[in-house]
Amino acid sequence: MRLSVRDPADFWSGLLFLACALAFLWIGRNYDFGSPLRMGPSFFPVVLSVVLATIGLAALVRSFVVVGEPIGGFTVKGLLLVTLGTLLFALLIERAGVVVAVSAITLVSAYASVKFTWKQGITMALLLSAFCALVFVYGLGVPMPILGSWFVD
Amino acid sequence: MDILSNLALGFQTAATSLNLGYCLIGVFLGTLIGVLPGLGPVATIAMLLPATFGLPPVTSLIMLSGIYYGAQYGGSTTAILINLPGESSSVITALDGYAMARKGRAGVALATAAIGSFFAGTVATLLLALAAPPLAQVALKFGPPEYFSLMVLGLSASVVLAHGSLLRALGMIVLGLLLGVVGTDANSAVQRFTFNIPELADGIGFVTVAMGLFGVGEIIRNLENECDRSVFVSKVSSLMPSREDWKRMVGPILRGTALGSALGILPGGGAMLSSFAAYSVEKKISRRSWEFGKGAIEGVAAPESANNAGAQTSFIPMLTLGIPSNPVMALMIGALIIQGIQPGPAVMTQQPALFWGLIVSMWIGNFFLILLNLPLVGMWAKILTIPYHILFPGIMVFCAIGVFSLNNTSFDVYLMALFGVLGYVFAKLKCEPAPMLLGFILGPMMEENLRRSLTLSRGDPLIFLRSPISVTMLIIALLALLLVLLPSFRKTREEAFVDED
Repeated sequence: MRLSVRDPADFWSGLLFLACALAFLWIGRNYDFGSPLRMGPSFFPVVLSVVLATIGLAALVRSFVVVGEPIGGFTVKGLLLVTLGTLLFALLIERAGVVVAVSAITLVSAYASVKFTWKQGITMALLLSAFCALVFVYGLGVPMPILGSWFVD
Repeated sequence: MDILSNLALGFQTAATSLNLGYCLIGVFLGTLIGVLPGLGPVATIAMLLPATFGLPPVTSLIMLSGIYYGAQYGGSTTAILINLPGESSSVITALDGYAMARKGRAGVALATAAIGSFFAGTVATLLLALAAPPLAQVALKFGPPEYFSLMVLGLSASVVLAHGSLLRALGMIVLGLLLGVVGTDANSAVQRFTFNIPELADGIGFVTVAMGLFGVGEIIRNLENECDRSVFVSKVSSLMPSREDWKRMVGPILRGTALGSALGILPGGGAMLSSFAAYSVEKKISRRSWEFGKGAIEGVAAPESANNAGAQTSFIPMLTLGIPSNPVMALMIGALIIQGIQPGPAVMTQQPALFWGLIVSMWIGNFFLILLNLPLVGMWAKILTIPYHILFPGIMVFCAIGVFSLNNTSFDVYLMALFGVLGYVFAKLKCEPAPMLLGFILGPMMEENLRRSLTLSRGDPLIFLRSPISVTMLIIALLALLLVLLPSFRKTREEAFVDED
């Protein structure tokens, strides 16, 4: 019998859990473990990491034994554009201000839709940035510049 | 009687024009996001949390909880009119509700959902008022070991009640607990897993995680298969159920309310599980079980009563023990902490106006919801026609600004992007994000109570078995987990969620 992954969801989540557990163990390797009486900063995380690693291993083993459903396709375009839009917003909000940042996140994420049209996208960007400037900056007083440090000295 | 004076205090608090106004805003927003598929109460409450900083604590809680139970009403409208769940808890309502709509009985289906929800909401509110004080009395006697065992019980129950793979749900909980540990250690002031990033010194923001997983992650998932939505019924007429309808809905509403109230209290329960369970019960005991899926009014009445009852009773553990039973309640705890109130059994005695005001506001809110939903159903149906590709960029903007305004730092927005990607990956791997979020919020509390217990017992772990309350909870937790491994129970559990996809 050939050894093959029969449940990809189990396989990948097992790997993910295992990787996270090892990362927590590695990063926390210099923290003090302490003793049950005086739990050090790494006591709880180490215990949890060991449990998580065990669960990850169990899922990995199971993925070769029990048959599961396939994962299905990834939407690479949606994933990339929505993430990119969010990152652009974070990058631009203080430097370029609300108008530019909101327009960027709106246009970039909207472009991920198959139904995107430039006319609708630009209208939405304009409306949303006006709305956010009025409601969040003037109305609720969130400290975001309308135009950021790039435009104003 | 004591409860009467308490309720009177509640009415005094809830009936001020400020609180009534925010209650109305809350249930209105709740209905709105309930109607709109792809935007849930978790993301919405997370988004609005920063906007409530300036409000008095009771007002802010009244509005935020209005969003939660309001969403249960709105979700049914979408389910009935376009066969798409506006909320995950209305998935099951779509089966029979939409079938009724196709037979020209959309109005009756909507009315049934509203009547069932209102009745369930009223009963659950009363239950909350009756059950909370004695529970809080018991909880006041809890020491660190009892609290720790209670959290173990809560987390294991949320595994049992989560759907999908148990092993992965367990993994998600532990991962959540681990992420909760990030930040400054309360005891030794050591910065743990912060990479020397000052923004992480206070830990990862709960709202950031919730918004990433449930807001951004959900949007990416929805972009996977964009489908056209068409409203089946443009005009809803004849809301009034017939005499026959009334007769048929009484039983399901009563049973749905009872079941929903019970399941709502359980961790991981809440609205969604309640509606699934109520539907399968009705289908089993009905003499007309063949009619289910083809427009049986019982199939609308039972789950809609159950999800509203469950939504409301899930406040019980949050208000009495300070322990959240689902992500929405975790956000409520966050809202309390932001307002400088330490959640737990003491809230009831130290903040009676807040506690009873919130409870009474729920009943008022349910009344508002009937008024908002039935006469205005035409307006909600209109809103349904807003296509998703117009909607989601707006949601993205509000998520980003909401997260930014928490601490006025763009670091949180980067973090949200990361959790958005994670949320999508988890969705693809069929790992439930809700248990992870529960673990995340309980992580620091569990560590603290574990540490205190072990200090009390001089390092002896048997302390958890010495207190009768603690040992009972641990045994129940163990039994619950063992139960899931039984093949027969496994089958029922899978059946309960079978109609979901």
